[in-house]
Amino acid sequence: MVLADELAKQQRSISVAEFFEKNKHLLGFDSPTRGVITTIKEAVDNALDACEEAQVLPDIFISIKKISNEIFRIIVEDNGPGIVPAQVPFVFGKLLYGSRFHQIRQSRGQQGIGISAAVLYAQLTSGIPTIVISRTGPKESAYKCEIQIKIETNEPDIVSEQPFEWDRIHGTRVQIEFKSTMSAKKKLLEYLKYTSIVNPHARFRVELDDEAFTFDRVSHEIITCPVAIQPHPHGIEFGQLKRMAEASNAKLSDFLVESFSRVGKKIALDICERAGLTSTVKVKGLTAVQLKALLGAMQAVTVPAPPTTQCLSPIGEELIRRGLDKEFQMDFVAARTRPSSVFSGHPFMVEAAIGYGGKLPVEGNAIVLRFANRVPLMYQQGACAITSCISNVNWKSYNISQQALPMGPILILVHVASTNVPFTSESKDAIASIPEIEKEIVLALQDLGRDLKLFVSRRDKNKVAEDRARAVCAIIPEIAAKVSEIVEKPLVDTSPIEGKLMRKLIAKKWTRDGKVTIELSNYTTHEGEIAIYDISYDNATDAFPKADFVSELDGQFTKVWKAIIPPQTAWQVSYTGKGGGLLEIRGIDDNKKMVVDLDV
Amino acid sequence: MSKEELEKKSMASLIRIATSWYDQMKAGEVPSISLPTRTKYNIEFDDTSEVWKYGDRESMRTAASAKSATHLLKMAYVIGFVKQQLLENRSSTLREMYYISEEWKRAKFGAQEESNFLIEDLEIISEVPREGFHLHPEENGASIYGPMKIREETRRGMRAIHCQDDVGQAGYTIPNNVENIEFVDHDAKFVIALETGGMYDRLIENGFDEEYNAILVHLKGQPARSTRRMLNKISSTWNLPVLVFTDGDPWSYRIFASVAYGAIKSAHMSEMLATPKAQFLGLQPSDIRDYNLPSDKLTEKDVEALNAELTDPRFSTEYWKKQINLQIELGLKSEQQAFAARGLDFVTKKYLPARLTDMGVI
Repeated sequence: MVLADELAKQQRSISVAEFFEKNKHLLGFDSPTRGVITTIKEAVDNALDACEEAQVLPDIFISIKKISNEIFRIIVEDNGPGIVPAQVPFVFGKLLYGSRFHQIRQSRGQQGIGISAAVLYAQLTSGIPTIVISRTGPKESAYKCEIQIKIETNEPDIVSEQPFEWDRIHGTRVQIEFKSTMSAKKKLLEYLKYTSIVNPHARFRVELDDEAFTFDRVSHEIITCPVAIQPHPHGIEFGQLKRMAEASNAKLSDFLVESFSRVGKKIALDICERAGLTSTVKVKGLTAVQLKALLGAMQAVTVPAPPTTQCLSPIGEELIRRGLDKEFQMDFVAARTRPSSVFSGHPFMVEAAIGYGGKLPVEGNAIVLRFANRVPLMYQQGACAITSCISNVNWKSYNISQQALPMGPILILVHVASTNVPFTSESKDAIASIPEIEKEIVLALQDLGRDLKLFVSRRDKNKVAEDRARAVCAIIPEIAAKVSEIVEKPLVDTSPIEGKLMRKLIAKKWTRDGKVTIELSNYTTHEGEIAIYDISYDNATDAFPKADFVSELDGQFTKVWKAIIPPQTAWQVSYTGKGGGLLEIRGIDDNKKMVVDLDV
Repeated sequence: MSKEELEKKSMASLIRIATSWYDQMKAGEVPSISLPTRTKYNIEFDDTSEVWKYGDRESMRTAASAKSATHLLKMAYVIGFVKQQLLENRSSTLREMYYISEEWKRAKFGAQEESNFLIEDLEIISEVPREGFHLHPEENGASIYGPMKIREETRRGMRAIHCQDDVGQAGYTIPNNVENIEFVDHDAKFVIALETGGMYDRLIENGFDEEYNAILVHLKGQPARSTRRMLNKISSTWNLPVLVFTDGDPWSYRIFASVAYGAIKSAHMSEMLATPKAQFLGLQPSDIRDYNLPSDKLTEKDVEALNAELTDPRFSTEYWKKQINLQIELGLKSEQQAFAARGLDFVTKKYLPARLTDMGVI
């Protein structure tokens, strides 16, 4: 027997499921810990997409429970439109089955690989079938089935199915059990936190064993579902063109006008002429060579950029700010939504935000949050075009220190929305380097960098002034007291130093021996008509002068005095109390006043 | 200077600092103080005393920011504390003062180092060593072993001690205040100051001190002030050569530098603390090569330190440039105890006699 015959015996087709079994890493199932995150990510993506299509505010419940030594049960439940019983086995039990793959619009999931990959992963590690419960509306009863995948054929295998009593009116619940660990808990919560930032209209409830977390919504506006558009002549490949041509009964010029966006009669005729084809020929009968010529002509001709407004769904500057504000306490947040743009015929849009200060860690690199179509990218930060764009911006020119990434209490968010997000691999962890996208990211970041610089320089200026006020009003008097004691001379008066350095209205508050004193010294050249608001637990009934107004809330007293303080004079009030609380001065410009608490 | 004179000078200069601040504030000015810059870029070689001292660069501290004002406030509290101590004739350790500062509220020290640094500042401004403030370090001094006789004024009376015959195996412990020691007599030819306790013990066990009439001093790493004062006094009183034997790495060369030229941190006290006649015995980078000693690779930090030494004025001699460049080239460092690889007697029978002959000491 010849060798070729020998080999032929071993040659056979490989099912997608079999291929996946051997290449788990391609889909993000390379380790048990990562498996949990990928599964939840896929299920949540589907739930959010479904809710968006059904125009309901997503309410998503996630639970992870250890049920035996290594086996974890993962449940994701949504209030989406549900899936009709006939489709359930295919959605969960067949790889590469989906509704969004053939549509040109922004959506989270795309290829229909994700959730069925999780079903397969469960089957491979625990052998337990996946349970799906779904209900499409109040009139329908819920449907429950147990599903596996036939690995050799990539067809669903329904283990059992029956109607089910479910208290939800509509929605889907999927329960998957597989081998895993909870070592990725931190990453998982991070994923949900980030997802909640870019989906401010969604609410997530999470149960991790015995712990419960809630990521609440900040917006009650249902986001408009992006509308699918037709392919753009510049963004199509040969295979797709061939499929479209075979399915069409139209004449060439009509086919071009009807099946592609931004192609009018004139452009259609131009394409026909460039391809050397008559406009009336039936597209169905075109040969491969003719189609190739047609494709070449389509790419060569000038066509306006595809419409972007309906097919993309940016989060918006306001909602990004609110979403970030909710999860991170920062001193400064700014966001930018760039105008939409196009790469190789695919519309895209870049959004970015910068947060600074507050509770962000002061040391180390900036925190980078990467998103594609409202989905957080959790892995391969180093391989992502977003990261390299951030590193390529010269942050030093915005007074931010930088070692590749900017350093310090900084958070950077970048969201790329597109009908076709170019990922570096199928696990969808990193965005590929596309010059058009990179340019938009850099422009957005530079714009935000300028805002941040302005904020930081203003804050620093205030800081220097406050620092000086503290030195002059609080510490120098203490030096005076100690030094006078050492040299055994009368206490030296430091108010001339104060007046000379500050040239402002200085309000001081201090507590000595159970007595609180507030003193206002007017070192400006103008007479001040001032209101003094003192909020603390002291009721100040024995205050002298008496407060003009006192109110109480939750045991805290707000005392208000009104005073006219001529330049170069001082006003004082004291009362019995413990001090602390807040002191505010109104009736004078912010840059003409300074409040110093001497007890701090 | 007698004890009473020192106290008088100390009190006068502290009151002078406080008075200048008092006068500044009385005139409506922000109190300030100027200090020499305490970095390696501001030390100069003083030809007459042959030690390194601070140069002319000064930095001004003005109480116009919270940080500087707090620094001045702390200084005022320390001055007040020292004044009280001098009046009551009491003394305390630096560590005790650090704990006492707990009561000083805003003027309290954040860390012991901060109070040490501040005391050094006061020494510089007042030109009085800390003994004059009745403050002493709490670290116990290192040990000394060899043919010498001293008298120490202890709290229990005067004691005469021979540093070979009257002490245990570990030697005589150098007290905090070397000023209380009277140097009576000796039978030594030279002094070897050793970085590690292991080498100190090795030389005693091998009887090196008796065979060569050597005084052995254990430096205990970076030597304490009292250890450096002791070496300074032995060298100036008896005019004996002082040789420093450390590990062969950049950090150990700094030990030698602080013995011979004074430390950057205490350049204001160099005349009392440095021993300008001290010579570097080893371990030299060329020894690593010539004796093929067991060695470790230089780390990035080591190389950085060596390069820093090339710009340190205290190391700007032909000898050091050659040795440091050689070490960078070799990329190696060795510990002094690496000689044990050649047998326990090698260092006392071969290396030291050869090296000391080379240096013209024996």
